[in-house]
Amino acid sequence: MPWTKVLVEKSAPDFDDPAGRGTRQLSYGEAIREALDQALARDPRVYVMGQGVDDPSGTFGSTLDLHRKHGRRRVFDTPLSENALTGMAVGSALAGMRPVYVHNRPDFLLMAMDQIANHAAKWSYMFGGRSHVPLVIRTVTGRGWGSAAQHSQALQGLFLHVPGLKIAMPATAYDAKGLLLCAIADGNPVLFLEHRWLYKHQSHVPEEPYRIPFGKALVRRAGGHVTIVAVSQMVIAALAAADELSRAGISAEVIDPRTLCPLDTAAILGSLRKTGRLVVCDTGWKTGGVTAELAALAAEKGFAFLKRPVRRVACPDVPTPAGCTLEEAFYPGPADIVAAVKEVMA
Amino acid sequence: MRSSLLKDLLFRMKRVRGVELAIEAEYPNDEMKTPVHLCIGQEAVPVGVCAGLRRDDYVLSNHRGHGHYLAKGGDLKAMVAELYCRETGCSRAHGGSMHLIDTAAGLLGSSAIVGGGIPLAVGAALASQRLGQKRVAVTFFGDAGAEEGAFFESLNCARLWKLPVVFVCENNLYSVCSHIDARQHTREVFRRARAFDIPAARADGTDVLDVLRKASAAISRARRGRGPSLLECRAYRWRGHIGPGDPGAELYRKPGERARWLKRCPIRLLERRLLAAGALSARELREMEARAAGEIAEAFRYARASPLPGPETLGRHLFFAEPAA
Repeated sequence: MPWTKVLVEKSAPDFDDPAGRGTRQLSYGEAIREALDQALARDPRVYVMGQGVDDPSGTFGSTLDLHRKHGRRRVFDTPLSENALTGMAVGSALAGMRPVYVHNRPDFLLMAMDQIANHAAKWSYMFGGRSHVPLVIRTVTGRGWGSAAQHSQALQGLFLHVPGLKIAMPATAYDAKGLLLCAIADGNPVLFLEHRWLYKHQSHVPEEPYRIPFGKALVRRAGGHVTIVAVSQMVIAALAAADELSRAGISAEVIDPRTLCPLDTAAILGSLRKTGRLVVCDTGWKTGGVTAELAALAAEKGFAFLKRPVRRVACPDVPTPAGCTLEEAFYPGPADIVAAVKEVMA
Repeated sequence: MRSSLLKDLLFRMKRVRGVELAIEAEYPNDEMKTPVHLCIGQEAVPVGVCAGLRRDDYVLSNHRGHGHYLAKGGDLKAMVAELYCRETGCSRAHGGSMHLIDTAAGLLGSSAIVGGGIPLAVGAALASQRLGQKRVAVTFFGDAGAEEGAFFESLNCARLWKLPVVFVCENNLYSVCSHIDARQHTREVFRRARAFDIPAARADGTDVLDVLRKASAAISRARRGRGPSLLECRAYRWRGHIGPGDPGAELYRKPGERARWLKRCPIRLLERRLLAAGALSARELREMEARAAGEIAEAFRYARASPLPGPETLGRHLFFAEPAA
């Protein structure tokens, strides 16, 4: 099979420290594009579709000119029919292909909820494993510049509730490439949730294809006083918060789960056992979301380690406002994480 | 048409009818703990369409899928075992009556979300086209399926990319107990294809030969790379939406409607034709019926003798596990 020879990452890389790993730097978007390019070259079953994947901006650069290299039968523009096209991707997967369906924004996935939740997520289980759906749905969460209520949602909490969906949320260019190659090689539906603000970030990205296995969290920064679990763009905020906290003499450990399903519960509980204090951070809403799930994990399986109640840093339970002053108030950032940590340290 | 083919069509319809009647008879014993949607009266549609397909062609079915599954060549024993919630069921008791699958026979699965299977067939057709396989995909859906957005989106995509898919609408006039006149401006579903520049036809869904003829034209067109077609087949659901019988029929059916349709039994129609033409003897007919009954009895025996899955299997098959490289 085309994927058996792709290197699977064994050790945990530190994207902040490229020493000894070469110096080739790519942006988040370029890393995603390289993963797609390599997957298309390696596996004739792979195709990439989505509104505007072949347009001059190429989905923020992540699909730029791939149609020129691999042809329009394998990289193609689509009608605005999110539900049927998700179903079409699922059907093509049942018939032997490996589709990657690209959306500019997760908000549009709500148009396809029937095919995502009723079909893709259930096909393997509902048919007793007689069939399965190798499908990747990519989408880029927006933020800022008045994107407002329908162009900025971070819906991972909603999807996390549905059994049968894998969810990857890369925070770095290195992870974006390795997790995307893993997602395409996986035999299951994977929601690959990117963040627009991460597109400007660069990190070391090896040229050869490599897969980052799902369900392996990474300690982004080691520390002993408090555990901060953060996903996607909140990883960047958590690292900034950890810097500031260190100046106040607080040593924070930052853990990036990288995938929400499967979730590396051992890594989170292991760190909590060491620190006894937990702050969980997400780019989505607070109620019934990722931070609620992480807090429940600590309450159920890590209660004995907790010296203080868990604190959550997430978006307030209102739609995203457009106005810049309201946006500023809506989004949590490093200052909120610092404040939450100081509460659990008190 | 050759008389062997005609007799085969008759046998296939009798077999589907026989299975449905056996389910209906056994259902009150409460061993089949799954909602069943019987296709009695509509047998000519799946049998006629699937007679025009190759084994490696694809079918996506819906909640009323027993006929589609059997007509496409799905394993009868595995289907009955699924209805009996057995480990040997086609979906290992994870699916039930509404989720039948036999990938070896090209039956890729059945969705119980109305209209949900339509885009899946478009996708199977895309795979066939892009992988250069010449396989045709068929999706069966009802008149209510043609009310869903997925239907219209799928027609557009299939035509845009000239995909080898045949949309088969089984128009049985009812969605649960709601008559089509309460749901659609026109009963003529097939005319909607014109807006998408897709060729369409209407077949008499009680005449298996009419269905086969028109389906074959659509299938052949798809196989030759000339794109999708829509075939509307008019038939009548003799039973209620769900389960045996038709409770409350007099409250929702139009007066005299059912009696008129019962005169157009697809099986009797073909049987009478064959007997009149001397293409079928009374002895052959008896043998055919005995053969179907034997297969059905054997399948029910097999299902009842099969083990029920234990609670330890509850968490299995949520995810496909890639074999270790």
